[in-house]
Amino acid sequence: MQQLIFFFQKFKYFLFFLFLQLIALTLTFNNLTFHKSKFVNSANTITGGLYASSSNLSEYMNLKSENILLSKENARLKNILEKNSAVRPVLDSVLIDSIKYHQEYTFTDAKIINNSYTKQFNFITVNKGKNQGIDKEMAVINSKGIIGITDNSSAGYTRVQSILNRNSKINARLKNSNYFGSLGWDGTHYNTAQLSDIPRQAPLKIGDTIETGGKSTIFPEGILIGTISKINKGNTADNEVDITLFNDMSNLGFVYIIKNLDKKEIKTLEINSNE
Amino acid sequence: MSKTINLVFLFFFLLFLQVFVLNNILFFGYINPYAYVAFVFLYPLKENRIPFLFYSFLLGLFIDFFSDSGGIHAFSLLSIAYIRLFFIKLYFRKVTADYPFFNLKSESFGKVFNYTVTLTIIHHLIYFSFANFSLQNYSTVLLNVLFSSIFTLTLYFLGTYIFMKSE
Repeated sequence: MQQLIFFFQKFKYFLFFLFLQLIALTLTFNNLTFHKSKFVNSANTITGGLYASSSNLSEYMNLKSENILLSKENARLKNILEKNSAVRPVLDSVLIDSIKYHQEYTFTDAKIINNSYTKQFNFITVNKGKNQGIDKEMAVINSKGIIGITDNSSAGYTRVQSILNRNSKINARLKNSNYFGSLGWDGTHYNTAQLSDIPRQAPLKIGDTIETGGKSTIFPEGILIGTISKINKGNTADNEVDITLFNDMSNLGFVYIIKNLDKKEIKTLEINSNE
Repeated sequence: MSKTINLVFLFFFLLFLQVFVLNNILFFGYINPYAYVAFVFLYPLKENRIPFLFYSFLLGLFIDFFSDSGGIHAFSLLSIAYIRLFFIKLYFRKVTADYPFFNLKSESFGKVFNYTVTLTIIHHLIYFSFANFSLQNYSTVLLNVLFSSIFTLTLYFLGTYIFMKSE
């Protein structure tokens, strides 16, 4: 017993150091797995509140460019609306408009209050949380394209795993054909992502548009991602293609968070069919 | 008493400086100074190291909270806080009796320079290796360590120079 006490006496600093390092390591490893980090993230009340007030101070700088973006998006949406109303319903046949009684997605607007894009594992903090119905695993987009997936939310704030995160995997497809692959990021350039596992027979050209595939319960179909910028010739195992993103991830303002209303139903169905 | 207040002030000053100012610098798109390592240089040397280790861990953890990095800052700051004593003994040749009188201001610039450069580079190496978390792109990590260390040290020496003048 005395030996043991002497041992602790002698190595108390080292043991204390090891103890704290272990805590730090656990937090680091937890942070790397998707929505595991409940404790250390910027979506809690204190850090979220401080980031919100600091972004309130700096948001005036971007008002002009933000206005231009919004008016462009308005114009695009008005065009879609016009197209829909221009189609006269055929009166002598039964019209089934699935939109009218069945809504699949809801959109919530939010503001980015903290954004990182230079690290290997990047996260974004937005100013909506559980109080506004935001939970984990929801899609985050803006008018130009995809941004990420929500990861962890507190009452008023949510942390988003950016597509610029080495853990990020998103189902994506070619716009002109239905060949799909998965979109990831290798951690080098903040405006280039990688599309892998595209079938070899898929016709790929530089400049082709990539959009979300709709084969997950998170992203709706057809949200823009980017264009092909480099095709690797030769036989690589995963047939990787470089994608230039439409979004400038270093300059983001307002976003939409998409909630899939059928997610629960689809998930239970998938669990049952797996058994 | 006023020393404790000074330390608390230093703790929060470095925390907010790092989180709200320095993390947004991104010189050339990716180079950031990590000036909060100054906490380890400026914390007075004492016989009992438990509080010092704990506060260093806490400062790193708070920065992690803001920058969504798990426990990387805490890990790297705590590492240099622990090995600080070894380098003080190595560069300044101090024994336990000298601890209360130890002050970086009264040491020669050459020794202080060696000491801060060593600790900063060790800190940055640990931090960037963990932030990268694989051996992929390791050349980028080393470049980052080099440039960020230069930036951090420039900032630290400028800062200490300004504050020393005012006293």
